[in-house]
Amino acid sequence: MMVANKLDEENSPAGVHPLKFSLWLIIVSIFMMFAAFTSAYIVRRFEGNWLEFELPAAFLINTVIILLSSASMQLAHNAANKNNLPMVKIMLLLTIGLGIAFLFGQLNAWGELVNNKVFFGGSESNPAGSFLYVLTGVHGFHLVTGLIFLLIVLVASFRFKVHSKSMLQIHLCTIYWHFLGGLWLFLYIFLRIYN
Amino acid sequence: MSSADISIHKDVHHAHDEHDHHHDQNFFEKYIFSQDHKVIGKQFLFMGILWAFIGGFLSILFRLQLGWPEATFTFLEPILGGWIENGKLNPEFYLAMVTMHGTIMVFFVLTAGLSGTFFNFLIPLQIGARDMASGFMNMLSFWFFFLASVILFISLFLDSGPAGGGWTVYPPLSALPQAIEGSKSGMTLWLIAMALFIVSQLLGGVNYITTVINLRTKGMSMTKMPLTIWSFFLTAILGLLSFPVLFSAALLLIFDRSFGTSFYLSDIYIAGEALANTGGSPILFQHLFWFLGHPEVYIVILPSFGMVSEVISTNARKPIFGYRAMIGSLLGIALLSFVVWAHHMFVTGMNPFLGSVFMFLTLIIAVPSAVKVFNWLATLWRGNIRFTAAMMFSIGFVSLFIAGGLTGIILGNSSLDIHLHDTYFVIAHFHLVMGAAAFFGMFTGVYHWFPKMFGRMMDEKLGYIHFWLTFVAVYLVFMPMHYLGIAGFPRRYYSWTTFDSFSMFGDLNAFISIAAIIGFGAQFIFLFNFIYSIFKGRRASMNPWHSNTLEWTTPPLPGHGNWPGEIPAVYRWPYDYSKPGAAEDYIPQTVPFSETQSSNLPHEKDLE
Repeated sequence: MMVANKLDEENSPAGVHPLKFSLWLIIVSIFMMFAAFTSAYIVRRFEGNWLEFELPAAFLINTVIILLSSASMQLAHNAANKNNLPMVKIMLLLTIGLGIAFLFGQLNAWGELVNNKVFFGGSESNPAGSFLYVLTGVHGFHLVTGLIFLLIVLVASFRFKVHSKSMLQIHLCTIYWHFLGGLWLFLYIFLRIYN
Repeated sequence: MSSADISIHKDVHHAHDEHDHHHDQNFFEKYIFSQDHKVIGKQFLFMGILWAFIGGFLSILFRLQLGWPEATFTFLEPILGGWIENGKLNPEFYLAMVTMHGTIMVFFVLTAGLSGTFFNFLIPLQIGARDMASGFMNMLSFWFFFLASVILFISLFLDSGPAGGGWTVYPPLSALPQAIEGSKSGMTLWLIAMALFIVSQLLGGVNYITTVINLRTKGMSMTKMPLTIWSFFLTAILGLLSFPVLFSAALLLIFDRSFGTSFYLSDIYIAGEALANTGGSPILFQHLFWFLGHPEVYIVILPSFGMVSEVISTNARKPIFGYRAMIGSLLGIALLSFVVWAHHMFVTGMNPFLGSVFMFLTLIIAVPSAVKVFNWLATLWRGNIRFTAAMMFSIGFVSLFIAGGLTGIILGNSSLDIHLHDTYFVIAHFHLVMGAAAFFGMFTGVYHWFPKMFGRMMDEKLGYIHFWLTFVAVYLVFMPMHYLGIAGFPRRYYSWTTFDSFSMFGDLNAFISIAAIIGFGAQFIFLFNFIYSIFKGRRASMNPWHSNTLEWTTPPLPGHGNWPGEIPAVYRWPYDYSKPGAAEDYIPQTVPFSETQSSNLPHEKDLE
């Protein structure tokens, strides 16, 4: 009877852990938000009255930073799988550091935009600039949620709760972090093409 | 998976282990911050009923104004305070009431109230799960909804009134606080409430989909699921894909209102003064809004499709006609719902060619809809029909869906829509097909699953009275509106007595208002029946309707974990009613074929 009560998870018809599946669904809904922004961006751009400006140079550096953080996240994940616990902590800390560096880089890019007289709001603003702030801002917000998730995993790793027999949490965190990196890459390429 | 030391993981196991070692829950854990799907479902139901009465009351207020435009309503002063001046309704408040009626009914009642109640309550019970995938997220979903409700409710009492730009909140009207009273702080609260509401819907949606995919009991393949679950599953997918888009649209509107951006605003003169905003496009908002807005009407109606299919089959004592066709048509409608949004925008000056593409796609929806109606009628055909209150509402649903769906074919034609757009014809169409119909679906659900929710039966006689009064009132209200609409009578007008061409419709409007008041009054019969039956109703047996689905194998009042023993396995589809050769006229899903050798069909012999 005790065994039968646990029937659902082991025999999960989809073969995926429910929480992992939920995470994918959350990723889909976040992606839909950005799909709305980017398609609105394209539609609006082809209507004319569109301010042309150079993308901040900082974007390229930030792209490199976030790709590096994805790599360190993967290393943390792999280290946990091999029970290399000190390495897990180092790589998680590195990922968090790179994530924070990325956010400061984005703030820096905003400063660059303001210096070039590309404003978010106000009488001199144009949707071209406003869209850029919204895309980076909403992505930045989700990156903060990713950092919080990373912190939770980090705390768990200090309590010896992240190891090869207990991979779910760090696994989910890795998926989410890769998604955030991939999302930024998508936005960066999108902005390159449509700016 | 031996990873039970992870805290997130424990939540999933929590519900399953619960009944093995009972730990006593205090009042708050059990009824307020509960993570049990049944309690959360009931919480949504109570909130939904509360909102339905508020939304309905608002409609009665503006029907008073429309029915008797010359009258003075001094008797309303104690309720409405400053919104009544010398017995005359404030025109700005009229707009706010129309807006709030729409927002409350579409989102807070027919989306959260309907989906929240039945998805939470029925998904685990009908697929054989102890609880939702994440009870915690499920609880959060309700409390985000509760917070959204509180904020929207507060906005009703602001000095400048609640949002007044229509439930679709088109900018620039909704974006400029100086435009109308209803675009001031009421609009801000509306946006905050909706943002929280969307979060609630997404949390719920993620849970519903995960649960259906991951937590089905042994033997419950996708093609053995009840149609209720199929419709809930597809509805949740629609919500997951479309609500984030509304969130994006609302976010840009918030920026336009409060941060000086110009996403939707351009070249506007207001009170002789030119605004600085340039470069925005109000049409952009409409595209984003209706990309959600159209799937949203299916989010409202699909759950009713599922529940009505289930109730009609159970009470006609016949297998549902065309089970796979029912799934196929649900899939078809869900898919099409994403590619028809611009039929709400035929008069925005869109390219006529584009209009004809959207018209074509829109009219295709008639095909899966007709499949569903045909199958419901074919299920009823020569059935051994038991007219329970739930069955009455199901049949009423089919009737309303046909009556409202036919006018959809008219409105879907761009050339006809240009004449009928924003008239009472549109009001009549969508109130029949998704408003009243979805309410009938909701009543179907409440009457049918009440025994499982509260362990008692609702009173059938009061149910009949409720049904007939509501059914007749709905037709008396909305049928005449078609004529008003064809005559060109525009929606959202506070007063039309100054137009000679419309003065002849005064009596008709008064007639509609009287019917609306009767219809609203009838809902108090339901409210009484509902509350009385919770405490004093006849005790229900385990399976009062002799139904096949899994929820009826649980005790009359299922406890935490739903089944006291192990979860039953499933062997057959849920529609084995009146099977020739069977001992009874129903065979629950849990009965293996080896026990029903006398009724097995040739191809089922292999499964014995």
